[in-house]
Amino acid sequence: MISYFLRRILHALIVLWATFTATFFLLYVLPGDRALSKLGADSGGGAVNLEELAKLRAEMGLDQPVLVQYLRALWRALHGDFGVSGQTGGDALAMFATGVPETLKLAACALALGLALGIGWALLATYTRSSTIRQILAGMPVIGVSVPPFWVGLVLLQFLSFQWNLLPAIGNAGLASLVLPAIVLAIPKAAVVAQILSRSLETSMKSPYIETAISRGASRARALLGHAFRNSIIPVITALGMAAGQLIAGSVVVETVFSRSGIGLITVKAVTYQDTPVVLVAVVFAASVFVTVNLVVDLFYPLIDRRIDIGMRRPTIQGA
Amino acid sequence: MTMTYPRGEGSAAAGRPVSRALGELRIATASLLRQPGLLLASIVLATVLSAALFPQIFTPLNPLRGSGAARLLAPSAAHWFGTDQLGRDLLTRVVYGTGESVKAVAVAVMVGLVLGSVIGLLAGYVGRWVDDILMRVMDVLLAVPTLLISLAIINALGFGTFNIAIAVGIGSVASFARVMRSEVLKVRQMPYVEAASFAGIGPLRTLIRHVLPNAAGPVLVLATLELGMAILSVSALSFLGFGAPPPAPEWGLLVAGGRDYMATAWWLTTLPGLVIAITVLSANRVARALDRRHAATF
Repeated sequence: MISYFLRRILHALIVLWATFTATFFLLYVLPGDRALSKLGADSGGGAVNLEELAKLRAEMGLDQPVLVQYLRALWRALHGDFGVSGQTGGDALAMFATGVPETLKLAACALALGLALGIGWALLATYTRSSTIRQILAGMPVIGVSVPPFWVGLVLLQFLSFQWNLLPAIGNAGLASLVLPAIVLAIPKAAVVAQILSRSLETSMKSPYIETAISRGASRARALLGHAFRNSIIPVITALGMAAGQLIAGSVVVETVFSRSGIGLITVKAVTYQDTPVVLVAVVFAASVFVTVNLVVDLFYPLIDRRIDIGMRRPTIQGA
Repeated sequence: MTMTYPRGEGSAAAGRPVSRALGELRIATASLLRQPGLLLASIVLATVLSAALFPQIFTPLNPLRGSGAARLLAPSAAHWFGTDQLGRDLLTRVVYGTGESVKAVAVAVMVGLVLGSVIGLLAGYVGRWVDDILMRVMDVLLAVPTLLISLAIINALGFGTFNIAIAVGIGSVASFARVMRSEVLKVRQMPYVEAASFAGIGPLRTLIRHVLPNAAGPVLVLATLELGMAILSVSALSFLGFGAPPPAPEWGLLVAGGRDYMATAWWLTTLPGLVIAITVLSANRVARALDRRHAATF
């Protein structure tokens, strides 16, 4: 079992290293001459002094072969040095880190909200006997994944904040400012959870053990909550592993809409100003969150479902 | 989209008599009429496509020129979607924006489909270390959320609608590659593939004539499923300001453009966004119908 976890951790580290490498080559090697563009930007697009250019190139390490540049960057990144932010002139990692707590707060609220909504929705859709209600309930998650989040955010802002003055429109002040962004971020998550869980519950409710439970006098609610739910939750947990990364991506849009400070807004600004070191940090951060959450999810499987043998490979789940 | 093997049925489809094709068309129409939701979704998609191709038949007005007297008018019979701060008709701008958005989405899905299919085909068919390396690279693409991949690519390529499309397409390569690979692994086991190699047909010809057509079905279904996702990603990225510069009408940009007037002119953000939402909903509805149909045939 320990060797299984060591293997998983090694795999996670390899994915992180590969992410860094791929992103480094995409961001640093692909675009043209960074020294030239930096110098051009500094001198306001005037004539460029060739001597100065060569000096700057040497300073930035651009006169070295690509491989040397890469290894140097990797070595520095391992020590927490991702370079200097072009916007602030300060450390890129430190600048990015200032946004992490706010975004984590937002993501945690959205995750809790999305889970609660999605699970409740799926249980309701499975429990009801009226086919009309079931169809309506089943139709909503489809809408939930189809609406653009930035638009939902703006529409909520428009009516709840501007027209009816119920909630603060922008900023990070207090719990009230967290409500709207969390709802917007939670909607697609809730929709996905509801879809996956209702499908999985539907299959479970048709299994022989549910018939057995009901024939032995269990109520429908008990069969659903006590038996079917437990056996249907695994695909949801797998989906949550995927959702962790999506929450970060979602924060990019949501924080822009609500002008909330956080890593999403930092990332958008970094791309807007071509602040490459910060973009590199953002990508590597997203990958490490994804890898960590999936590692934790893997640890959780055997606690939820005893049938999953940890020595084996990750369970394959259809339709997740 | 023109594909040689539209439904992954391989060479059998080529020699089908016309009467049978007509019969199938009739069945398809009949089943469409029995599902009003699907019918409505198809009509929406057809309208969006025709607006992209011939915007002038939907509106007589100019999307870039407005009249100073008609600033920020609420929706009315004359201006169904109202007008913006420069007196331009919003519906006209949405209609003319369709072309840019549809083009970007088409490019995005084609990039994902073609790159993903080639990678999946190679990984599944060649196997061994090629498979290992390609799939590890795909693992990286899956570990980073697609929006961040797209942002990194935009950072490298620069702004613009075409670059957004490329970025969104590359973000979806991994899912195409995975589906194609698993299909190829399935098809490779089939007796006819073995028969082809016994018959002395070379591996490349076997791959293109026998493996690809029979593995393509689920990948094409995925492409239709990805349409909705691509519309959302493209509009989100242009909403963030990485697409075409402002005077151009583009769906995501139109929503962003209304942000400054939210307190006074609700229609500027609400209506273009509604058009995006309805289009994505329709694309997803049609994709699900295809998915189900495909699952039923195989």
